[in-house]
Amino acid sequence: MTSTDDFAVRVQSLSRSFRGTHALIDVSLQIPRGSVFGLVGLNGAGKTTLIQHLIGSMKALHGTVNVLGQDPTIRPEKLLARIGYMTEEDSLPKWMRIRDLISFCRTVYPTWSDSYATQLCDMFGLSTTAKLKSLSKGGRARVALLAAIAHRPELLILDEPSSGLDPIARADILEAIIRTVADEGRTVLFSSHLLEEIDRVCDHIALLHDGVLLESIPAATLPERYTECFYRTETASSRPPEIPGSFGGAGDTSEWSVLIDVENASSRPTVPSIESDGARWELVNQQPATVHRWFAGRVQRKPATTSSTSAEGMQHV
Amino acid sequence: MLIQIQSGSQPIYQQIVEQIRFRILSAQLKAGDELPTIRGLAETLKVNPNTIARAYRELEHEGLVEKRRTTGTFVAETSGTLSRTRRRQILTPEIDKLVVLAGHLGADPAELDELIASRQQALQRKE
Repeated sequence: MTSTDDFAVRVQSLSRSFRGTHALIDVSLQIPRGSVFGLVGLNGAGKTTLIQHLIGSMKALHGTVNVLGQDPTIRPEKLLARIGYMTEEDSLPKWMRIRDLISFCRTVYPTWSDSYATQLCDMFGLSTTAKLKSLSKGGRARVALLAAIAHRPELLILDEPSSGLDPIARADILEAIIRTVADEGRTVLFSSHLLEEIDRVCDHIALLHDGVLLESIPAATLPERYTECFYRTETASSRPPEIPGSFGGAGDTSEWSVLIDVENASSRPTVPSIESDGARWELVNQQPATVHRWFAGRVQRKPATTSSTSAEGMQHV
Repeated sequence: MLIQIQSGSQPIYQQIVEQIRFRILSAQLKAGDELPTIRGLAETLKVNPNTIARAYRELEHEGLVEKRRTTGTFVAETSGTLSRTRRRQILTPEIDKLVVLAGHLGADPAELDELIASRQQALQRKE
């Protein structure tokens, strides 16, 4: 068996284009077993395309994909029995009653647990005789969640599950994530652009932007690695001070904040003042970067003169 | 246990540490009280269990709580006897904020001292 593998998912150099548009460019990532892995990115960043490759809906044309020790496109039914999957789309057949859906799932998943399904129905306030079309959007999302977790999958994949849901339904999804990972060895892949949720539940965060995996980092080390530094200058400036190893400048005229990667920065952010563009900048404050600030800094639009967007070349020019 | 988590400010584990620390230091939680299990608190707060574990480790490191093998995490009998260094580490940033604010409002150090003393008395009377 491959269950001793440390990683539930391994993706190596995966690229994908649709009619000449690059959806994924040389993406490599590994999802540690037992982790909650957050996949963040703007709309259209390639998150769903990546997930489609993991569940065997798309075949890797360039690069390799391995999920729970197998290629998802070879005997996908074997893999899908071990995976739970939920997407933002309302994809369940609306004419079904909840109990019909449960019977269907029971035949598909060898590990399906009727008692867990009943427990989830109680928890979510769902009646098994209700038709899906009679439910609210939040109600249907809970049914989809039930169908994704009642067989206690080894890997739970949630593709933007919370979009457009009310806060209570979203809280139910987050709780399901925590329950799943609290069971030894189960893994969750959580794709979202709701950074507040990512920040709460994930222990690893990967950022996909324009098809490129910009960064993959353990969540606990993010505020240690990136420091947000606030600078002030006497003369108004239309750009942040130039500091090697910094990126994501944000501000206006005389006050700017930049992110400094303490691993790559040549100068430590402890220097109280710096000279840039003939102006003197005073360091007025610094704090560990939040996930929000890091995300905004990373996906920031570059001025037209900048050419590359590799993870290393993220200097603000 | 109800703990408020706000995104976009401090790291979440620190928010948990501060709120539990405050409850212990203000005697809302007393020596020997049991803290929720890591898993239980993670589910209530919808926060990764590793984050809760990190917060508990930090509280244990401060001597505020103790792990008892197989039974759980409890408020330490000796809580409130932090090392002088650690005490200062926790208090200094709070005092800095207060001093800056007092300066802005035009309160001189003597007025600040007086106010601290009078608040101490007021809080003691309440106990």
